[in-house]
Amino acid sequence: MVQWLARSVLPVMTIIAAIVLIWYAAAVPMNAGRTYMMAPDDAEIALPDLVSDTWAQKKPRLPVPHQIVVEVRKQATFSWIWKEKRRGYKRSLIYHTWVTLSSTIFGFVLGLVLGVSLSLAIVYSRVMDLSVMPWVITSQTIPIIAIAPMIIVIMAAGGMTGLMPKGVISMYLSYFPIVVGMTKGLRSSEPILEDQMKTWSATAFQTFWLLRLPSAMPFLFPAMKIGLAAALVGAVVAELPSGARAGLGARLLVFSYRSETIPMWANLVSAALLAGILVVSFGLLERAVNRRLGFRNAGDVTS
Amino acid sequence: MMLVVSAFVLWAGLWALNIILARRLSEQQARIAVPVIFGLTLVLVVELMVRGLNVSFVILPKPSEMVVRLFTSYEMLWEDFAQTILKGALTGYIVGCGAALMVAFLASWSDFLRRGLLPLGNFVAALPVVGLAPIMVMWFGFGWESKAAIVVSMCFFPMLVNCVQGLAATNAIERDLFKTYAASPVQQLGLLRLPAAMPFVLNGLKVCTPLALIGAIVAEFFGSPSVGMGFRIKTSVGSLSLDLVWAEIIVAAIAGTGFFGLLLIIERSLTFWHPSQRR
Repeated sequence: MVQWLARSVLPVMTIIAAIVLIWYAAAVPMNAGRTYMMAPDDAEIALPDLVSDTWAQKKPRLPVPHQIVVEVRKQATFSWIWKEKRRGYKRSLIYHTWVTLSSTIFGFVLGLVLGVSLSLAIVYSRVMDLSVMPWVITSQTIPIIAIAPMIIVIMAAGGMTGLMPKGVISMYLSYFPIVVGMTKGLRSSEPILEDQMKTWSATAFQTFWLLRLPSAMPFLFPAMKIGLAAALVGAVVAELPSGARAGLGARLLVFSYRSETIPMWANLVSAALLAGILVVSFGLLERAVNRRLGFRNAGDVTS
Repeated sequence: MMLVVSAFVLWAGLWALNIILARRLSEQQARIAVPVIFGLTLVLVVELMVRGLNVSFVILPKPSEMVVRLFTSYEMLWEDFAQTILKGALTGYIVGCGAALMVAFLASWSDFLRRGLLPLGNFVAALPVVGLAPIMVMWFGFGWESKAAIVVSMCFFPMLVNCVQGLAATNAIERDLFKTYAASPVQQLGLLRLPAAMPFVLNGLKVCTPLALIGAIVAEFFGSPSVGMGFRIKTSVGSLSLDLVWAEIIVAAIAGTGFFGLLLIIERSLTFWHPSQRR
């Protein structure tokens, strides 16, 4: 236990501490301009005063960590459930995180379905493999996210608003790692085991269900984690130009117009927390599934 | 109606052709011919369907209109390309990936640093870093510098993780061999660790390519001079000149795919010894 702490936790903690220190130090020169602007002309500002002012400004260029933590705790309320919304929009971070989470999950599920079915087609049909696979790879070098505003306009013209356009963008970003991982996984079953299935005169479906699918799992899960992170990026970016009022991306845009930096960082922190929770919970699921299937070491092979 | 029917006929015909080609041609020929025909089929079918079903220009312009637009306003497209991709994305890509490589070198000397950086880097690589775009625009202004800055912050961590893993990819036997040959640390780095790291480094570069494009374009949504691909896409969507939007997409696609292809060629020539490159 002590060894584990010293080998894994201590280095990470040291680096985090270093980042926080650099952050506090950097906030002083970055915010000093406003301090001097507010002070009367030719005023001498002593260093302690300068530091305490730069760490406590209302709209600093770089808010310091404790300001962000305070802001997150202030905004992370459940009050929207029982209280009327104020000034036409809801303030709670939890509500906006939930909006983003729902379109992330929706897009990810769409991407998972698309990715898995494409990789099944690729594995079982040579023509599909030859014709689709290069285009799947090409599709990821296209920054489709750039046309997020257009997709939203188009789908709104077709009568689709809300979850669907955001889901489509998340899907586009998340299906790729899943296709690659799943295809690799479905092809990773050992020939000797496939021969064994043949000896038992297993049907094609049985070979798939009992051999290929389980052996694809160690590849599918890391791919799903990457796809989930990509789906979150898609959801956040899709909320930027869509005129959406809810969601972390929409809030980011609103706060950036008002240059309210502390709420912006609070939004970013909750997006980061969301990503962390999603990835960690998928990691736990992965371990459970792999243990159930009897894999000792999960393959860490992706893309 | 005729056009729609002919779209289906065309699709069936070319698909059948692909099946035949996949069987008849040699592996190498099929790898090129079949995807090209598939791509052509898609474009032609979309063109015919858009014509046949009278799809509104606002929803999807005809592929032919996009291509025409690509040629008629190539000067504007070139300016946007230079602003967003050459200045914003490429600068940020080089700085970000270079910085990640430097930090990875530092980390390769210290086991402590590596243990700290690897999990953190993996975590940050999963975060929606693109959300920093408005903050970068606030810090560095509307010009291309802010776009380069967001590209740096998006590329740094995925690249760092790959480089750190790559520089740690040698095993004890190989290192012992170099010790037996009395190789200096520089020789060990240049002849053993760097070549062994190359597959990882190139993988990192490949992962960062679309990230750089996304970062540079999305950052322009938050403010830019009146030139640039993100700016053009945003304003053209507003004025419903969607053929121009699609022309920008085509440019972005060509740039992204071209750069990716370049990386694949470099990968093949540098890491020809790696199992994934053997034929």
